Amino acid sequence: MKKPFTAAIVATSLLFAMGTMATAAEKLASLRGTHDIEGSSLKVSKKKLISQEGGFERSYKKQPPLIPHKIEKYRITLKNNGCLKCHSKKNHKKEKAPMVGESHFLTRDGKKLDHVSTRRWFCNQCHAPQLNAKPLVENEFVGLK
Amino acid sequence: MTSTQKKSTFTILLVGIVLGILLWGGFNWTLELTNTEQFCISCHEMRDTPYQELQETIHFTNRTGVRATCPDCHVPREWIYKIIRKIKATNELYHHFIAKDVDTPEKFEAHRLELAKHVWKTMKETDSRECRNCHDFNSMDFDRQETRAADRHDEAIDKGYTCIDCHKGISHHLPEGYDPGADAPGGDDDEGDDAE
Repeated sequence: MKKPFTAAIVATSLLFAMGTMATAAEKLASLRGTHDIEGSSLKVSKKKLISQEGGFERSYKKQPPLIPHKIEKYRITLKNNGCLKCHSKKNHKKEKAPMVGESHFLTRDGKKLDHVSTRRWFCNQCHAPQLNAKPLVENEFVGLK
Repeated sequence: MTSTQKKSTFTILLVGIVLGILLWGGFNWTLELTNTEQFCISCHEMRDTPYQELQETIHFTNRTGVRATCPDCHVPREWIYKIIRKIKATNELYHHFIAKDVDTPEKFEAHRLELAKHVWKTMKETDSRECRNCHDFNSMDFDRQETRAADRHDEAIDKGYTCIDCHKGISHHLPEGYDPGADAPGGDDDEGDDAE
């Protein structure tokens, strides 16, 4: 019982010491920069979801394709899924949209269903829309072609 | 006609005109009072569910600050259709005061499909008249729309689709039992069925 207590005291005092050191050393710059913590926050440029015709290239095999359009109008609830308006079996040809992958109709036991499996219901768990944002740090990643 | 007769005719006419203005004005004034968002959401059925859902949509807040309130979409503008709608609305009074069958969010949810179908049917029958008070194909610049939307709007003009054929659930949540993935735009058109 005594040991954890001592450890806690040591940890707390260490944290405190580190805190005072950090405020003393101005040179230590965080990602936030040297912006005054008391001052008003920096104006953040607004980023909007982008639309890209033809979609985005995949970066690796079996990557869930990225969403090349805005999605704020489509709701996914337990009751219905707005994405299926265009991506369903029935509508995708007419809407010229890619159909929900065949794998999405399988249960985890491999049984084929005639509707989207509940485990694949929430599209944006895997599929993400994109913002027109520059990478924060330089990045030389090249996706699989 | 004697001068007394003349006088009384004139008085009757004057009283008639004044009374007419007052009554007709009063009637329209009251009618307009029932045609406001404030009036609609004075009932908790509307305030707790449809109004909350509207607030998430582009018809409530948007770039340009134009807001569509309840009557903009649900009450016809043209006088005669407006009166017909207002008379039909007495049915809503029955459900609010006597039947009490949508007076909790749970009960509302249970009736949502039925309620939505009523509105969809009306909008289909009137060729989405209330939408077209603001949205007009003639004022649409397809170059400013997304290619996808422009193509579909073009098709809608050619084939005579109406707004509600595609734009269901844009201001309120879609009901359980309605599958957007199975509803092919254009109603009975089953062109999309050939997907394997």
